[in-house]
Amino acid sequence: MALSYDDVVAKYEPVLGLEVHVELNTKSKMFCSCATEFGAAPNTQTCPVCLALPGALPVVNEKAIESTILIGLALNCKIAPYSRFARKNYFYPDMPKNFQISQYDEPICFDGYVDVEIETEDGPKQFRIEIERVHMEEDTGKSLHVGGATGRIHGADYSLLDYNRAGIPLVEIVTKIVPGTGKYAPEVAKAYVAELRDILRGLKVSDVKMEQGSLRCDANVSLKPIGSDVLGTRSETKNVNSLRSVERAIRGEMIRHAELLNAGQKVKQETRHFQEDTGLTRSGRSKEQAEDYRYFPDPDLVPVTPDAAWIEQLRAGLPERPSVRRKRLQQEWNVPDKEMAAMINADVLDIVEETVSLGADPTKARSWWLGEISRIANEKDLPVAELSIKPVDVAELVSLVSKGELTDKLARQVVEGVIAGEGTPAEVVAQRGIKVVNDDGALMAAIEKVCAEQAETAEKVRGGHLPAAGALIGAVMKETKGQADAARVRELLLKHLGQG
Amino acid sequence: MIHATAAEMAKALAAKEISSVDLTKAHLDRIAEVDSQVKAFLHVDADGALAQAQAVDEKIASGQTLSPLAGVPLALKDVLTQQGVPTTAGSKILQGWRPPYDSTVVAKLKAAGVVIVGKTNMDEFAMGSSTENSGYGPTFNPWDLSRTPGGSSGGSAAAVSAYEAPIAIGSDTGGSIRQPAALTGIVGVRPTYGAVSRFGLIAYSSSLDQAGPFGRTVLDTALLHEIISGHDPKDATSISAPVPAVVHAARNGDVKGVKIGVIKQLQGEGYQKGVQARFDESLQTLASLGAEIVEVDCPSFEYALAAYYLIAPSECSSNLARFDAMRYGLRTGDGQGASAESVMSKTRDAGFGREVKRRIILGTYALSSGYYDAYYGSAQKIRTLIIQDYAKAFTQADVLVSPTAPTTAYKIGEKVDDPMAMYLGDVATIPVNLAGICGMSLPAGLADEDNLPVGFQIMAPAMQDQRLYQVGAALEAALNSKWGGPLLAKAPALGGVK
Repeated sequence: MALSYDDVVAKYEPVLGLEVHVELNTKSKMFCSCATEFGAAPNTQTCPVCLALPGALPVVNEKAIESTILIGLALNCKIAPYSRFARKNYFYPDMPKNFQISQYDEPICFDGYVDVEIETEDGPKQFRIEIERVHMEEDTGKSLHVGGATGRIHGADYSLLDYNRAGIPLVEIVTKIVPGTGKYAPEVAKAYVAELRDILRGLKVSDVKMEQGSLRCDANVSLKPIGSDVLGTRSETKNVNSLRSVERAIRGEMIRHAELLNAGQKVKQETRHFQEDTGLTRSGRSKEQAEDYRYFPDPDLVPVTPDAAWIEQLRAGLPERPSVRRKRLQQEWNVPDKEMAAMINADVLDIVEETVSLGADPTKARSWWLGEISRIANEKDLPVAELSIKPVDVAELVSLVSKGELTDKLARQVVEGVIAGEGTPAEVVAQRGIKVVNDDGALMAAIEKVCAEQAETAEKVRGGHLPAAGALIGAVMKETKGQADAARVRELLLKHLGQG
Repeated sequence: MIHATAAEMAKALAAKEISSVDLTKAHLDRIAEVDSQVKAFLHVDADGALAQAQAVDEKIASGQTLSPLAGVPLALKDVLTQQGVPTTAGSKILQGWRPPYDSTVVAKLKAAGVVIVGKTNMDEFAMGSSTENSGYGPTFNPWDLSRTPGGSSGGSAAAVSAYEAPIAIGSDTGGSIRQPAALTGIVGVRPTYGAVSRFGLIAYSSSLDQAGPFGRTVLDTALLHEIISGHDPKDATSISAPVPAVVHAARNGDVKGVKIGVIKQLQGEGYQKGVQARFDESLQTLASLGAEIVEVDCPSFEYALAAYYLIAPSECSSNLARFDAMRYGLRTGDGQGASAESVMSKTRDAGFGREVKRRIILGTYALSSGYYDAYYGSAQKIRTLIIQDYAKAFTQADVLVSPTAPTTAYKIGEKVDDPMAMYLGDVATIPVNLAGICGMSLPAGLADEDNLPVGFQIMAPAMQDQRLYQVGAALEAALNSKWGGPLLAKAPALGGVK
C-alpha cells in the first residue's frame, strides 16, 4: 500500500536542490549572430559557427553576459571580476561540436539568495533559498526520433536533427542544498521557481515560458531520517514543465524515496523524468558512475572581465523586486492577505495592475479577474493571460458598470462575449443589444404583471413576510430578460406591496 | 618569370610589363611540370586562379591602385577554408568537403587581389613535422626528393622552394611554418598569437595555432604578413591593435646596436654539427654588422616539449570531436539499424590517421578526471614559466635567436615510426608557441655534411613582429652577398628544370 504524504514527513526530512535553466531572450545566439526565434523551420537559423563547421569560432554575445549579470544581481549574488568558459566534452548528435560551451569552476555569479514566502498552518512563513551559482552556457539542438514505440533514440528507425536551438544562450541557476523545509518542501520549491520566474520576467531577460521550455527546472530530492545529519542519496527529476509539476514531482519523489527506504532498499542516484499525466517519475540514465566531461577552459574564448562600474550601473537599474512590489500593491489596493495570496496563486497580479493603471477600481478589477474570468479560464483549461479578454476590456467593463450602464449580471454576459471574440465590451453590448432597463414605468408594468400572476406570494409579502419577495424579484428579472437593476426592482416591488 | 621575387612580380604587374593571367599560367605550368615529383598540392584550382588573375588584370588596366601583392600567385595550406574549394586539412575524414565560407585569411587575400592557385599538402590536421602524416601521401623536399620538406606546412614550403608559387600561407602550432621553411631553404614567419585571425583555420590546438606567411625573401614574407594581419571580430582571441610595421622593417634591415640574445638551452648538444656551424657563423655576421651578442638563460625551456605534448593533444581531443559524420565529411557504417554512436565511431576510425588518433587518445587521457591537474594543469604552469623566461630574456635582448631545427631535412620514413624522435625536432620552435610570441626562420646556409639548408630562428616579443624583419633583412642581405645570391639558387634542378 502506498504511503501517505503525512507518513513520509512524520519520519523523514526532505533536502532539496534546484537547478533552473533559463533561455535568454537575446536576439542572437550565445556565440554567433544567428536568430533565436521560437518555432522557425528546422535548420533555418544556423551558420558555420553553430553548425560547428571546420574552422568556425565562437564569439561571446555581450548582451547575454549583461542579462546574466542582471540575473545574478537580482538574486543577490556576487559577480566574478574574472570568469571563464569551459568545454564540457561528450558526444551527442544534437550537439554540433560534441562539446558544450559552459562555465565550470569559474561561474560569473555566485553566493546569492532568494527569499520566498508560503502559507503554512501557522500563517505566512519565509524561507531563504541560497544560490550557489549562476552561469552561462549554450543550448543544444533538438533530435526528433522517428519510428519505434517510445519516441526515444533507442528503437527509433531514424532521427532528424534541428540545430536552430543549438547555441541559444542558457543561464543555469543552481541552489545550494535546501534543508529545513519539512513537509512544506513541495510548496517551497514551487514558490522558489515562481519567484524566480517573476524576477526574470521583471528583468525582461527571458520569456520564462515553462511550457515552451524557456524555463526548465531539474529537482534534486533526497530524504534523511528526521534528526539525522547524514544526507540521503538524491534523485534528479527532469522534464518538470510547470509550477504545479514542480510541486507534484517533489511530493511524488518524496513518497517514492520513503517507500524504498521503509522497505530497506537503497535510493539509486539517477536522473528521472517527470510524467505530466501520472505525476510520477520514470528512471532515466543512472548517475552512479559520474560521466567524465573532461572540462577545460575554452581556448577559443577570452575570460569574462566585467567592469566594476558597469556592474554598479546595472545594479542601479534593477527593477523593483517582486516581493517588494507585492507588498506595495497590497498596501495601495488595500487587499487582505488571503485575497493577495489568491491573486498570486492565480498569477493575475500583472493583469490586475495593468487594469488598475487603466483607471479601474482595484477591488473591482481584482474581483473580475479572480472571479468570473478565472472561472472561464479554468473551464477552458487555459492560463488567464491567454484568454482574449485584456486589461483594457476589464477597465471598460468596470467603467460601464459604475456608470450604471451595465449590471453585474449583464457585465458577465459581456465578459463571455469578449472572450468569445465578439469584440470590445462596447461592441458586445451593441451587438447583443444588452442594456439596463432603468425605465421605472416599464419595471412597474412587469411588477404589476408578476404580482397578479403570483397573487398568493404577493399577499405574503404584503403581510410582512419579506423573504418571499425573492421569488417575485426573480420573476420580474426574468420578465425583463435580466436587463433590470435588481436593487431597483426590489425597491419598487416593496413600495408597491406597501413595505417600502 | 617564376624565379623572380613576389615584390618584383608585383612591380612588373603594376607597370603592366606582365599580366597576372600570364604569371598565373606560368606557375600553373610549373606545377604541372614538377608537382608529380614534389607533391606539394592536394588541389590545384586552375580555373579559380585564372579567374582571380583576370579580375586583377582588369583592375590594373582600369588604373586602380591595388595592394602590394595584387596579381601574385599564392599557395594556401589546406588547413584554411576557401569557399567552394575542397578543404581537407590533410585528412580523409574531410575528403570532398567544400566549405560554404571563406576563412578571414582567405577573405583578406582575395580582397588584396592575391591569386590562390591551390591548396597544399600538410600533416593531417597539422599534427606532424614531416608532412608524412597526410592522409593523401607525403610531400617531397625539392632539395632532395628522398627527404621530407618538414611539416606540418610541408606542402606550402615545398611549393615556394620549388618555384610553384612565390609565396604561401602556412600555420604554425609548434613550429609548422618555421621548421619546413628551414628544411626547404626559404623564409617563414609565425606571427604573434592573435595577430592573424584564426577564423576559418581548422583548429588543431586553439591556444597555439597561428597562420603565417612563407616567402623566398624577407621582404616578400613581410608583404604577405601585412596583408593577412589585423583584428577580426569573428575571432575572440584576435588582438585589437595596429599591425606592426613589418614591411617598413623588411626594407630597412639594420642591426647596429641591436642586442641579440642567444638562448643557452637551444644550441650545442643534440644539434647537428653543420646546423650549429651555420648558426654560429650567422651570429658572427650579425656581430660584424654591429649587433651586440649576449647569452640568455631560459631554464624552463627544458620542459617545453613535454608541456606542448600535453596541451596540444588535450585541445585537439576536443577540437576534433566535431568530425562525427553527422553534418559533413566522411560517413562510414551507416547501414540498416546502425546507431548514431556506431556511425560516429566507425567514421572516426576510418577517417583519422594514426598520429591524429594517438594525439586524441593522449589528450583525452590528459584531460580526464583525476589526471587533469597532473597533466593539463602542470603543463599550463610550465607555460607560465616559459612566458616568464621569455619576459626576462627580453629585458636583456631585443630579439632572441637559435637554430630553427636541430637537424637538416631527414629521409622520408626515417622517423615516421619513432614519434619521440620526430617530436624532438620541434624543441627549438615550440617555446614561441607556448608563449604566444612571434618567430622567423630564414636560410643560414647549407650544412657541410649533407649540403642541405639550415634555418636561423629569430624570436621577438608579442606584437613586436617588425623586429624579426629588421634583423632578418640585415642578415639576409649580408649572407646573400657572401653567397653571391640567394641560397635557393644552389638547390638542384627538379627533373632537369630549374
